[in-house]
Amino acid sequence: MADGVKPRVRVPKEASAGEAIQIKTLISHPMESGQRKDDDGNTIPRSIINRFTVEFEGENVIDVMLEPAISTNPYFEFEATVPTSGTFVFTWYDDDGDVYTEEKAITVA
Amino acid sequence: MKYLSTTACVLAVLATGAWADPDDDELVINGDIEIVTQTAAPAHLEGVMDTIYSGWRFRSDETQSVQADDFDNPGMLGVEVGIDLWNAVEGTEGESCASCHGSPEEMAGVSATYPKWNEEAGEVRTLTMQVNDCRENRMGAEPYAYDKGDAVNMTALLTSVSRGMPMDVAIDGPAQSTWEAGKELYYTRFGQLELSCANCHEDNYGSMIRADHLSQGQINGFPTYRLKNTKLNGVQSRFKGCIRDTRAATFNPGSPELIALELYVASRGNGLSVEGPSVRN
Repeated sequence: MADGVKPRVRVPKEASAGEAIQIKTLISHPMESGQRKDDDGNTIPRSIINRFTVEFEGENVIDVMLEPAISTNPYFEFEATVPTSGTFVFTWYDDDGDVYTEEKAITVA
Repeated sequence: MKYLSTTACVLAVLATGAWADPDDDELVINGDIEIVTQTAAPAHLEGVMDTIYSGWRFRSDETQSVQADDFDNPGMLGVEVGIDLWNAVEGTEGESCASCHGSPEEMAGVSATYPKWNEEAGEVRTLTMQVNDCRENRMGAEPYAYDKGDAVNMTALLTSVSRGMPMDVAIDGPAQSTWEAGKELYYTRFGQLELSCANCHEDNYGSMIRADHLSQGQINGFPTYRLKNTKLNGVQSRFKGCIRDTRAATFNPGSPELIALELYVASRGNGLSVEGPSVRN
């Protein structure tokens, strides 16, 4: 696992039905591109988050493929409409096979 | 007549392009902490400049907005690491920062007064030096390398709890000789380009230096998360970078010269709010 990887998510606790809510996510990750060299001239191997998905009660909200040009600590901000109360599941996939997940519940009044 | 007024408009646009003063935006962090980004210059700058501005005012709207919310501010990642360091027991004495000082919030206001004269040691100390003194003499731990990862994460934690409080470093009394030395450095031309700090940050702030908008070089926002190197940067490393850019052999972070310069430059920002960790390009 890459060092210091920690997912963070901000979802409002409550919303009204059909309201577009703002979701912010950030994962601390070096996003090593694989194109840099260390002091001895050796290539530093690529190590990035290559995919990010969000699901709401089993339904896909977004599914993003990330490329090496995306900088350190990838940040995503997007809007989603919530029909009912439920749970968002956020998943990040690391090049080294690790998967990081985070869940946030939201109540629709 | 119509032709004339169009010409006047074009000239007005050109004029603002050539001299791009700080903008008029206001900074409120998390919708809660009001930041003073513009205020009257401290008394010792009389005759030099009337108004001081935070570097935040010279950045684009996009960069500015990143600092307005802690979730968006990548510098807060360093603060999170700082909290872990704060609570970690290290060294031979079995102590952490927290075991003496309590929660980091207890340190609110501390960073605004640094660099500061230390009576026992008989020297001016930066925040990093004070942290390292605690580590060595109270915790029995290894000091942090000056302005490197953990040192900057720790100072970011300490400035984050002081945000919104005015910078207030003392320049009289025993600190005065160090302050004078820092002032001397500020106005000394270095390097093949023969540039002093003042040539850019006093005489030409608001102008463009290549693609970058020159600020007054205030340090109330340090440690600073720079988009160009995607990490938190300590103030003395920034000084080193600036002096290097004049094509000079530089002083190293932690050297007496840069400590004096940090005291002097901090005093030029007395009255601006502590902003660290800030976001700049």
